[in-house]
Amino acid sequence: MAITIAKAEDRATVTTHAARIEHVSKSFAGPAGRQLVLDDITLDVAPGEFVTLLGASGCGKSTLLNLVAGLDRPSAGSIDTPGGRPALMFQEHALFPWLTAGKNIELALRLRGVPRGERRGEAQRLLELVRLNGAYGKRVHELSGGMRQRVAMARALAQDSDLLLMDEPFAALDAITRDVLHGELTRIWEETNLSVLFVTHNVREAVRLAQRVVLLSSRPGRIAREWTVDIEQPRRIEDAAVAELSLEITEELRGEIRRHGQH
Amino acid sequence: MASTDTTSTASKTDDLAGLEAGLDALEAVQVTRTPVREVLVKKVLPPLVAVALVLLVWQVLVSAKVTDEYKLPAPSAVWDSLATMWLQGTLFDVLWTSVSRALLGFLMALAIGTPLGLLVARVRFVRAAIGPILSGLQSLPSVAWVPPAVLWLGLQDSMMYTVILLGAVPSIANGLVAGVDQVPPLFLRAGRTLGATGLRGARHIVMPAALPGYLAGLKQGWAFSWRSLMAAEIIASSPELGLGLGQLLENGRNNIDMPGIFLAIILILVVGIAIDLLIFSPLERSVLRSRGLLVKS
Repeated sequence: MAITIAKAEDRATVTTHAARIEHVSKSFAGPAGRQLVLDDITLDVAPGEFVTLLGASGCGKSTLLNLVAGLDRPSAGSIDTPGGRPALMFQEHALFPWLTAGKNIELALRLRGVPRGERRGEAQRLLELVRLNGAYGKRVHELSGGMRQRVAMARALAQDSDLLLMDEPFAALDAITRDVLHGELTRIWEETNLSVLFVTHNVREAVRLAQRVVLLSSRPGRIAREWTVDIEQPRRIEDAAVAELSLEITEELRGEIRRHGQH
Repeated sequence: MASTDTTSTASKTDDLAGLEAGLDALEAVQVTRTPVREVLVKKVLPPLVAVALVLLVWQVLVSAKVTDEYKLPAPSAVWDSLATMWLQGTLFDVLWTSVSRALLGFLMALAIGTPLGLLVARVRFVRAAIGPILSGLQSLPSVAWVPPAVLWLGLQDSMMYTVILLGAVPSIANGLVAGVDQVPPLFLRAGRTLGATGLRGARHIVMPAALPGYLAGLKQGWAFSWRSLMAAEIIASSPELGLGLGQLLENGRNNIDMPGIFLAIILILVVGIAIDLLIFSPLERSVLRSRGLLVKS
């Protein structure tokens, strides 16, 4: 991974942001005419920064992530990702079942243009990074849920993007596995100097991971408030400081949700 | 966090690695293969028992003289027909005439049906134009194509291949279309984020993801090839066409040779099953197993 880290740092010195979202709105055609899903979102992710987007259902957080990933276009505003196409991780592992774990990673390398001879070694290195040294030849269905998400993480890292987008990647995992993967993600983020934009509806998860938590209001999604998290890593989800800030953010989130019941 | 010194950080990461290794060991899915003995008892024995039962019932009916002997021959009479063909050396010629025709016809159907299926699946206009016709053709019995094919091409091999193609191409194309339609959108999104768009997307994501549906289409395509050919051989018999299984059946009718008719039917059935068991089922099973889609019963 040494090569990847160096590259990411080089880029970090050149650009001032890993993602710049400026006045972005998005509306979809719905049964009652155009429906505004995202309303005038402006958000910067600094190089090497870890930002979580937090919100209840219907806040458009996944929509925003799709826009940043380039899978969809904003109705208004602009999105700039100077590091090229961002990597994206989903709630489902989205690994291809016709390939082994190693070959899944190699496909990402191949599509990135890595020469054939270097792919296998690079895939092994990435598997080591997520501590799955023995998983190269394993089929997807032979891996546990947590292992699948780690292979998916390795595949996302294989894109060598300096921005990693994560769409509730741990939501379907059990609590212990999720806890372990939080630790892994923090470690990898620190080792690689990636910028991460992480979407979740889990307040504690947001506080556990991020340097900055951005709260979105629902229908349409607007940035309601943001917090800087000054708790030193490695954190744990049970830490008192994490719990304290989570409580504050949860109150705010509940307030946002309550507004929708009043009319 | 009260302690943030390096030693505690280091031990914490070690903790994490150990915890993770434990979780992986606990949750790893064990994939075992069924032992040969179990396969024999569970998969091979039941059909053998069924065949034995059919033979038994058949023999009982013959012994009880439920009908005239020329209508229901004894199993031994059918066996004698088989032995005669074997001794005359015509058995393999007859089998090979039909099997080689069906396989060659199937390969041609494969070569035409695959690009056709891709076109229908991926190009919206083509799908709207010929998609419904293609699936409608599947319900048209291919025997219906024999009379026009005879008039178009005469009693030749090319007429047989035409009937096979008209029967099998829609199945293969439709199988591929169904396979492509069932590719989970998540795979397409994941492929796009990895940079697999356009032709690269078709090659690396769509085609491999559609493989199970495509194989199912091939399997059905083979069944249609074989059925179409038999229909063609029964209806269009001519000395120039050589003796295939269909003609064998038709000759049995002309000669009022019931054991010969039974033999021909059994051979047609056996060939159809054998090709499926030897080629398509193993192919399908290995693809499904490697994807963890094969549910153990």
